[in-house]
Amino acid sequence: MEPKGTVVLGVDPLIIHDHYEIDYRHSYAEDSPFFIGLSKGKLLGSRCTACRYTFATPRSHCMECGAPTAWHELPLTGRVHTFTTCHYGGEAFLKETPFTLILVEFDGADTLFLSRLKGVEPGGLRIGLPVAARFAKTPSFKVTDVWFEPADPHPPLHPRP
Amino acid sequence: MRPVYMISGGITKFAKAHPDKDFRVMVKDAYDYTLRDVPRFSKSMIDGAVGSYFSDHFTRQLKAASMVQDYLGLCPKPSKRIEGGGATGGLCFQSAWEAVASGRMNCCVAFGFETMSRVNTWKGNEFIALASDTNFDFPVGGFYSGYYAMMVQRHMHEFGTTVEQMAMVSVKNHANALYNPYAQKAKRLTIKQVRESPMVATPLTMEDICTMSDGAAVCVLASEEVAGKVCDRPVKITGVGSGSDAMRMADRPHGRVILLPHEQERDYAHLKYPGVHSFRGGRMAAKLAYQMAGIRKPGEELSFVELHDAYTSSEIQTYEDLGFCRYGEGGRFVESGIPFMPGLDYGLELPKQGRLPVNPSGGLLACGHPVGATGLMQAVFAFWQLQGTIGKHLGNDTLQVKHAKRGLIHSHAGTGTYITVSILEAV
Ligand SMILES: [Zn+2]
Repeated sequence: MEPKGTVVLGVDPLIIHDHYEIDYRHSYAEDSPFFIGLSKGKLLGSRCTACRYTFATPRSHCMECGAPTAWHELPLTGRVHTFTTCHYGGEAFLKETPFTLILVEFDGADTLFLSRLKGVEPGGLRIGLPVAARFAKTPSFKVTDVWFEPADPHPPLHPRP
Repeated sequence: MRPVYMISGGITKFAKAHPDKDFRVMVKDAYDYTLRDVPRFSKSMIDGAVGSYFSDHFTRQLKAASMVQDYLGLCPKPSKRIEGGGATGGLCFQSAWEAVASGRMNCCVAFGFETMSRVNTWKGNEFIALASDTNFDFPVGGFYSGYYAMMVQRHMHEFGTTVEQMAMVSVKNHANALYNPYAQKAKRLTIKQVRESPMVATPLTMEDICTMSDGAAVCVLASEEVAGKVCDRPVKITGVGSGSDAMRMADRPHGRVILLPHEQERDYAHLKYPGVHSFRGGRMAAKLAYQMAGIRKPGEELSFVELHDAYTSSEIQTYEDLGFCRYGEGGRFVESGIPFMPGLDYGLELPKQGRLPVNPSGGLLACGHPVGATGLMQAVFAFWQLQGTIGKHLGNDTLQVKHAKRGLIHSHAGTGTYITVSILEAV
């Protein structure tokens, strides 16, 4: 709760507390199917309809040739392209520290995807680590509805039903 | 295009906070310093101004550059604001250059400032991270130190760059700043101390990362005619270049290296470029600036460099983008001692110490990074170096590069989304 009246933090020079807050109506516009896809356990990239360049992120027009792209379902497993563990962060994420950020590379995609890696053993983090996508049961319609965990190195021969 | 000269420069001391002065007064202090340095110059010779500050969130005042314009008494002359993330200052400098080079103005003032102390450091980090894609990057854990940590982790993987090599950049820049009274964070460090300081985002520690600052800087650019009239030792701007890259780091291609004149395709037969280990925009900026200035071997044809070392890692990455060494050799480049100041004791073994000093001022790591002022601060230090007036302006000439003929300044935004390179020469 904001205190009533003005909080004075200093008098020479005069410094006061000044609160600021905004609510937005935020449209995902042409990228909306990506976020809806996350709620259905799908990871949607975009593939150029002309040059076939495949982006691991939504991009409705190709950065290479300018043609429209089509949605392209990415595999739900990939590899760690690079990583870091953040012990500090922007204020919004400080309470979540330490957390691990990775860029994921996928077979069949020309670019990468930024996400969080969870459930990794300390010291188990490395470039090339196979990872699998996990999805939030209750979607918040944010990019954090998907994250990655180390993939089972010995998956069963026949996928479980 | 006609020749453009820098005729004066001024900066405020960069500090964690200047609560006693608002941004207008900070700029005014730097502006008055520039005017005092060219007594034959008068305000009536100024045709207009370009202002730079990065974040409306920090300032909490839209159109803040208009308030500086009126505070300096420059109304009703032309004015505009330039914003381009961390490269705001470098872009502002080049915008003033454009005004004079095009003939639109005979004299243009470039002023920049940032007041980052109004929020706590972690809120400040959040504001800065809003300069990453707010749908796809920011919500994942928006934190620039995290983005740079991922980039250097890949650089280490590709090229074998080490954390000790990165720490050497920190030792160098913080030690240089001991002789720069404008710097915020001068100190003597060892590699061990850099590594033992608190881990921020693996592998980057507190001492690998620049701090937030309050500060302002001003440059005055002019035509040959004005420069000749008012300035005893003008400095010529002989090259400008800039480049860009995709906002989302993840979207960057893995293709071919953009080659500089002294490089060949076979140097990089197996390198996927830029990926996330290199800054394609920086390479493009360098290529264009070298072309304009007629530089073919940057490692041999420059006297010093002031580059955007927001991170020790990005200084190493930038050596490569600017062509001081090949891609992949940045770590060994710092180990060789080449980018250190000659004659200073860093407590390190440096076989080729001082051949091309990089960040003699202390750079962002030690001077601080009041974003809108930073790129202009580099121009001011480069100007003083080329005039040979470091001793006059810093109160001691330890950091004066002897016989400085040609300097490079480099300003860098985001994860490499806007980058500028400008070449300045003594005349
Ligand atoms: Zn295409």
